[in-house]
Order: sequence, then structure tokens, then C-alpha cells
Amino acid sequence: MSCVLTAEKVQKLKAARKVLKEIKYEPAKLEKGYANKTLYINLSDNSIVSKDVTEKMKDVFIGGKGFGLWYLWNAVAPSTKWNDPENEIVISPGPVGGITQYPGAGKSLVVSLSPTTGSVVDSNVGGHFGPLLKFSGWDALEIQGKADQEVIVFIDGNKGTISIEEAPLEAVDTHLIIEELTEMYAESEEDKRNISVVSSGTAAQNSLIGLLNFSFYDKRRKSPRVKQAGRGGIGTVFRDKNIKAVVVKFNGVKGDLNNPVDLKKIQELGIKLHKEIHDFDAIQTQKREVGTANLVEIMNDYDLLPVNNFKYGYHPETWKIDSKQIKKKVTQNMPDGCWYGCSMACAKAVDGFELKTGPYKGHKVLIDGPEYETVAAVGSNLGIFDLEHILECNFYCDTYGVDTISLGTTTAFLMECYESNILNKEITGGLELTFGNKDAAMELLHQMSRGEGFSKIAGQGVRKIKELLVKEYGADSHFLNDIGMENKGMEYSQYISKESLAQQGGYAMTNKGPQHDEAWLIFMDMVNNQIPSFEDKAEALHYFPMFRTWFGLMGLCKLPWNDIEPADNRQTSEPAKVPEHVQNYVELFNSVTGKTIDKKELIVQSERVYNFQRIFNIKMGFGQSLHDNPPYRSVGPVTVEEYLSRQDRYDQQMKELIGVDPEGKTIEEKMQITRKYREDQYDELRQTVYKRRGWTENGIPTLEHIKNLGIDFPEVVEVLKKHL
Amino acid sequence: MIKVNNRPIEWQEGMTIKKLINSLKYSYPVLIVTINGEHIPREKYEEAAVADGDDVKIIHPIAGG
Ligand code: SF4
Repeated sequence: MSCVLTAEKVQKLKAARKVLKEIKYEPAKLEKGYANKTLYINLSDNSIVSKDVTEKMKDVFIGGKGFGLWYLWNAVAPSTKWNDPENEIVISPGPVGGITQYPGAGKSLVVSLSPTTGSVVDSNVGGHFGPLLKFSGWDALEIQGKADQEVIVFIDGNKGTISIEEAPLEAVDTHLIIEELTEMYAESEEDKRNISVVSSGTAAQNSLIGLLNFSFYDKRRKSPRVKQAGRGGIGTVFRDKNIKAVVVKFNGVKGDLNNPVDLKKIQELGIKLHKEIHDFDAIQTQKREVGTANLVEIMNDYDLLPVNNFKYGYHPETWKIDSKQIKKKVTQNMPDGCWYGCSMACAKAVDGFELKTGPYKGHKVLIDGPEYETVAAVGSNLGIFDLEHILECNFYCDTYGVDTISLGTTTAFLMECYESNILNKEITGGLELTFGNKDAAMELLHQMSRGEGFSKIAGQGVRKIKELLVKEYGADSHFLNDIGMENKGMEYSQYISKESLAQQGGYAMTNKGPQHDEAWLIFMDMVNNQIPSFEDKAEALHYFPMFRTWFGLMGLCKLPWNDIEPADNRQTSEPAKVPEHVQNYVELFNSVTGKTIDKKELIVQSERVYNFQRIFNIKMGFGQSLHDNPPYRSVGPVTVEEYLSRQDRYDQQMKELIGVDPEGKTIEEKMQITRKYREDQYDELRQTVYKRRGWTENGIPTLEHIKNLGIDFPEVVEVLKKHL
Repeated sequence: MIKVNNRPIEWQEGMTIKKLINSLKYSYPVLIVTINGEHIPREKYEEAAVADGDDVKIIHPIAGG
């Protein structure tokens, strides 16, 4: 990075530090994947407390997101708001997290109350923080309260110290502060790899869509890098608590630190998967070459790439931003894993990118990614097909601490509002927010960092903007609800779901909101037609969300599950589940913890936590059928131009599926008929899914179901009884 | 008429797997193809003839994000 951090500057930063509280502790030795201790810090009174992990907690909540949900449940009341001191940020890696033999085992799970949804949110992130936290003796870090000045929390897992320090001079933007803190806490160049920093950025404090960055030190590039916990605005909570950074330092990462019961088995499983990745990645998903970016051209080819606020799924200029172009920018032949031992190595980076705008104009920086989601969110979905712009935007979103997905989907919505004359230059303060206007999109982001202008509205996210436009400017709420791509207050991630009923459910029947990490069924449903009936779709909307939840309990990355497949996977009865890898995970868990689960119990482990999260939503006033309503843009064509863009398909469907002859009907009549049919289909799917998940027609888990799952604690039953 | 992934598609004289894949604009590089349950390897797409009434499956083993 170009900002040269001198020894003098580091001294100055250090000198301005004031230790507000420091404690010593004896780092717990890990046993079967657990430290059996968690760390609680309250920034209101600077208390630092060690909590014991009970066997019951491990049995029911397992770890990772499960621990986060349980702690947060106990910390907040139904009336608690995201910016109340009672809200927490919980970071936990899970019992399998930190192993180095099997790819994808360095994830952290972050849980908090979200500023945009008002309910509980979870986000899964790479970087080294989670494993280093665990090796420092903590299965989770729970941060509550609010500091009255800017602070940094520092955990030294070797010395056994935890301190809360006043940090007046450090930068807020991530690319600067991670460098400052890595430099400040490392004793040598070699020591830098032992440090991981959690930080956010200036735009996180001025918007509700802030993210958290988790750093790891890239030895080859001699620079810290970051991965993002993007969804749900947790970076905004972080900055609201006046936290500049949380730093962990641990020297001595080794393959056996988890003290697993069967290290040999873990090694065997790892070797098998490394070989698959080595042999097949280049002919399967090419994660090692381009990360997730190869999805850009695939989605475009199948009419699934969001263009102009999810109106269209294809654009002829997509070649300008596809993986072939991205490959020319990202540095090749680098070991780009975000945790030790991940040979899938999808964490690509662009080196030496010279910024053209904003406060860091002229700086040469390292950009992580770009991921598919970012290319679509700040590129095609805004009608922008300019890779340089996308990279610049990617950098600024990360360093300012803003979620690229929420920013992109929100900006796309604003652009459609602008083009529909709901917004104008007077309201936007001169920004011409038309599709394709990259300068306006970039300026909006810079405004967010400065907390100025129209970004104060834009940074609220789609749901709150809709309310404001109706209230202040008399906009048509029906139209805004149709085109505003949010559900539960979270902005949609970047796939067109109009032609996949299952994916419409995979987005809107989720716990936290429309992020595709619960279920991604578009190809299975729309192209392969493998789940044709409502029951088939409901089964997929049961199995996949439960299975994918499991990664979040363990500290695992989803990619090595199904972005690489064994050679004979296609010959198995259920290739979409990748049965051999599921069995790997069963054995991995058993080999770490000494338990003896099978693939059915794996699903039950997730089902407990998944249902608990649903009930948590209910406790906070959400989690019912009406909260699973999708915006119509995700289900079918809202506008005439949208219908016309796929007229042949819609007309054919009308004839073949609805049994109505489109001949002689006006576009408006056809749109109405299509809408009624599609909305009815969604409602039928919703009821079938609820039934499969053991929920009532209103989406409430039944008492019988939670009893079977063993989560019928009195406080859970009390919440449910009000709704049954 | 043939079936592709259980959906009816008009059959055409001289149809092969390669032509079918092209006409459906299936660009995904790794496909799992069967005709009446029999696996067709990638190198045979050009010569694998599709007869009227055949049951063809073209499965995309793509998992997404
Ligand atoms: S597959 Fe990619 S995101 Fe997942 S652990 Fe490996 S490098 Fe990180």
C-alpha cells in the first residue's frame, strides 16, 4: 500500500494510547475443538469476564453462529434496538474452526441485532481472527455496551492479556488501520502473521449498511488483507459502540492445536480433498484462478445476472466485466487461501491498483476480490460495465466499511426511482442517478464516508428509503414495494430469481434475509428441473438451508463442499448434495470432537439452531409468514418493459402453465394474469415449505417440533405460546 | 418431440447433443449428459445422435455462491 507508515508515526500512535483496563488470564488449552471458555467484554463499564462453556451449550448450539445466537438471545429483550448498549456483537469460530488439514476451516461467525432488519443477523467471514481467538483460549468473543471514546480491544493469546485501550489517533478506514495495528502490535516482520484485526470504516458510521473486515497477513505481498462480514450492517453496530478495532495476536499456529481426537483421520480427509482440488478445480469452477468471478458470464448466459435493479438477467456488454477480464487484473499463482491449508485458494487480489477518485486518489492499493457478488452489485445491476470502476468501488466499499451487496442493491433501487421520476436532482442534491452513471454512483459512496448529502438517505438501505419516499415525497408505496429488492429489511444478493420458484423461497423464506447462503437452487430448479413439484422444492428448501447452516456452526467455508466435486459425484443418487463431501464433514466433526454423529444427526444439529433463530426472530417481533413475502420484482415482471423483454417466455407460460390464451390480450392484462399465477405459486410453496419444516401456516415452529429437537426451554416455549 | 430435463422440446432432423446444447444456449463448461439414461461423455457430444422421442438429461452441476 502506498501510505507509508513510518516508525515515527507508529510511535506517535502508541504514545497517544491510554490503557483503560487490562486483565491477565491463563489461556485455556483446547480440548476436542473447544477452549470451553468464552470472553465477555462490556464497553460501558470496561468489565472483562471469562465465561464457562457448558456441555449443554455444546450439545444444543455446537459453536460459531449457534453460540452467537444463544448469547445474543440472553442479552437482548424484544424492545432492544440495534443501537442500544445491550446489543452485542458476538464472534465465534466453532469447534472445527482452525484446523489446517482440511480446506476452508478458518471462518468466523458474527451475530448481532441488525440496523436494517431490526432482528438478529449472522454473517460468515474468513481471515484469521476466529482461529487465533480460539487458540488464545476463547470459543467466542461477546462485546456489549458502548465506549464513550474511540477504543481498541487487544487480546494477546501468548501473554494472556486483554486490554481496552483508548485509541484517539488511529485511522478508521480499514486499509489504514489494519496496517497501523499490524505494525504496532507485531514485534518483527515474521510476527505480523500472528495478528488479525477486525475493523470497519468511515461509511459504516454514517450509514446502516456497515460491514466488518477481518484481516490476515499476506506474507508474500507483505501486507495485511481483509475478508468481509458484509451482511446486515454489523459494521454500523461496531462503530456505534465506538470501536475502532479488535485485535488478536497469537504466535504458534500448528495443525494439532484443536487437540482433536483423531488427527490422522483429519489428515486423510484433507489429503483426499487437496487432491480433488488439484486435479479438478481447473476443469470445474476455477476458484484458484478467478475466485468466484467466473459466475459473471455464467449468470449472464442463463439470464440470471442482475441488470438495472434486477429488471433483466442479461446484458451484451457483460464481456467487459467477466472473469476473462478479471483474470487479467488479479495476480496469479499466489497462494490465496484465507486460512492456512485452504488449497481452494479463492481469495484473489488485485495488486498495485491506482485509485482515481476520493481521498486516497493516486494511492496504489491492494484490492481483495472482486467477488462475483461485488461485480454484479456495483456493476451490472447499476448498468455499469466498467471493470476499473468496479475495482475502485470494491476498494472503497471495503475500506469505508460498506457492504457491496447492500450498497449495490440500494443504489440500483435509487436509480430506478430516479428514472421513474420519483427522485430528481433536487432531492439527490445534484446527483444524476441514472443507470450507468458511474461517477454519480462513486460520488454517493464518497459522500457516505463523509456523512454528507444524499448518502444520508441512501445509506439507510432499501426498506427505510421506501418509507421515506412515501412519507416525504408522496411516492406510490405499491410500486416501491414491487421494485425495492429487500425482504425483512435486508437487500437481495445478486441473482435473478424470477424463473426459479424454489429460489424465490430460498431468498425470502430465510432467517436473516435474502442472502443466498441458505439455499441456492436456481440451476437445480430452473435449468435442471430436478425439483419439479412443490414437495420437491420444499424438500430442497428444508435440506439445503439446514445443511448450509451447519458450516456456520463449525467455522467452515461452504465453497469446498460443492464448488469442487469428486470424479464420481455425478454417478451418485444425489449429486447436488455431494454425498462424499457430506460424509467427509461427518467424519471431520467426529474426528475433532470425539462425538459420533451421522449425516442425519448433522442435519438435526442445524435444525435446532435454525429453528432457534426463527424463534429469536419471533421474539423480536418478526419471523412470521408476512415477513417471508418477497418483493414482486424477485417473482415476476413489474413493468411493461420487463414483460416485453421476455414476452415469448411469459406468453408461452401463460398458454402452457396457466391455461390462458395470451392472444388478443393487452400487455397489462397479461401482466396481471402472470402476477396472480406467480403469487399463488409462491403462496403454495410457502405452505409446503412450512409444513416440511415443522411450522404452522403462519410460519411458527410447533411446540411438538421444538420438543423433538430438544430446544423447548421455558423461555423459548414462552415466546412461541404467544403465537400458537 | 423429445424431452430435455423432463420438458418437451421440438425434435429436429439430424439433432445431436452438441446441436441441442447450442440451441439451448447452455454454455456451462461441465455438463452431465444422458440419453435414455446412458451417459454421454463430452468428447462424444458432436456425434451423439438424438432420436425423436428420446429422454435427454443435461444437468448443470453448478452450486453457486
Ligand atoms: S475457499 Fe476461499 S473463502 Fe473459502 S476458506 Fe478457502 S480461500 Fe477462504
